Amino acid sequence: MNTVEKLAGLIRETSSSLPEDVESALAKAKRREQGGSSASVVLGTVLDNVRLARKLGSPLCQDTGTLAFYIDASLRRKVSPAVVKKAVALATTRGYLRKNCIDSVTGKSYDDNCADGAPVIHYVDWVEKGCVRLVLKGGGSENMSRQYSLPDSTLGAGRDIAGVRKCILDAVVKAQGFGCAPGILGVCIGGDRATAYEVAKEQLLRSLDASGESSDAVLRRLEKSILRESNSLGIGPMGLGGKTTLLGVRIASRPRVPASFFVTVAYMCWACRRGSLKFKV
Amino acid sequence: MKELTYPFDERQIRALKAGDAVEISGLVHTGRDKFHKFFADGGKIAVDFRDGALYHCGPVCVKAGDGWRVVSAGPTTSVRENPYEPKFIASSGVRIIIGKGGMDAATLAAMKKHGCVYVQAVGGAGALYAASVKRVAGVDLFEEFGAAEACWHFEVEGFRGVVAMDAHGNSLFDKVASASDALLREIL
Ligand code: SF4
Repeated sequence: MNTVEKLAGLIRETSSSLPEDVESALAKAKRREQGGSSASVVLGTVLDNVRLARKLGSPLCQDTGTLAFYIDASLRRKVSPAVVKKAVALATTRGYLRKNCIDSVTGKSYDDNCADGAPVIHYVDWVEKGCVRLVLKGGGSENMSRQYSLPDSTLGAGRDIAGVRKCILDAVVKAQGFGCAPGILGVCIGGDRATAYEVAKEQLLRSLDASGESSDAVLRRLEKSILRESNSLGIGPMGLGGKTTLLGVRIASRPRVPASFFVTVAYMCWACRRGSLKFKV
Repeated sequence: MKELTYPFDERQIRALKAGDAVEISGLVHTGRDKFHKFFADGGKIAVDFRDGALYHCGPVCVKAGDGWRVVSAGPTTSVRENPYEPKFIASSGVRIIIGKGGMDAATLAAMKKHGCVYVQAVGGAGALYAASVKRVAGVDLFEEFGAAEACWHFEVEGFRGVVAMDAHGNSLFDKVASASDALLREIL
């Protein structure tokens, strides 16, 4: 199989099949909710949808989202932007992706989902050797991502971990009813504004299993306490009430200049579609 | 789980409470932005919405032989139809609005007055809702608005959702929002 076909396969797999850790977090959440409650009905519907989409190999949500590729830098030549675009165009023709890309100035559709800057392609040195990773993130969830600047007087949030916690919980409450909960948070503490949004989004690549927990003790504790506290707010799946508001929280930090202190939250919906493909190197 | 079958009975609809899980069967019509504007501007189609259901949905449908195959049919965000919905409810006699994210106070009041409920469908579950469409009974406004904005007539079976706004003036969204806000203030 050539590289374009392989990448188109990755796109199909990612768009139609939820990663195991996300699906099992959803199943676990359903068991926690009271049978017959709206939360349990919503989660049951989500799980049935996940299974059906996988069986059919068709998109599990019609918003097939922004495609972000994270590609091992040593593949720069083999998996060039031109090759990735070919694969995206092919995947669109085959119906693995919806026509989902609009010119922001003219309003016209790029029917093959390809344009300057679409899909988003990063060549990075932190993915496994020979690996291509892909995330599909829908608009409803992207709209719920937020950035805070500490201190924040309306939240009473200062420049410390306690202040960081207040920002993240605020983002959870503001997302309710939108962004198709239960969600997953990728958070970056610090950094500059632009880098922080990228780092926050990258955290969504981490597993929800224990293997994805932060190796830093302070951040790990914060990941766990934010998850627990968010789920105690009663927002629930689709904001209809219940015990499951979030499926997971993944936090990283970056150094900052003394004058700024950003807290950046990338909100992901339950349809957290990530996939990966490995080339021999 | 309460089962609701078209034509929807006013007494049964009025008896529903916010938080009830429901399964809808029978005829459901889709309509979103252009559909609502069309009606607000006085447009007419030969469809009787009385005791029916309107679904905020822009489906993906492909031609299959003489008919249609529904590929994806998840809900779209309902707030965009807020300016139109109270009038539509009053004039059409529709009993169920299906969508995502809920609607405003004016729509809630119209639901109370005319005996209508808002059912929240599960956002993102496009594949499953497509599978619950057993037959495409027809389509209106297709030439004018295209597939995503057309008024499709779906025969559905076991379409799952939760009553989020009832005909007594209760909205589950408001209730959950104010409760979670209070809890947040407590822990901050
Ligand atoms: S927020 Fe996620 S699940 Fe909801 S419609 Fe968008 S992509 Fe789909």
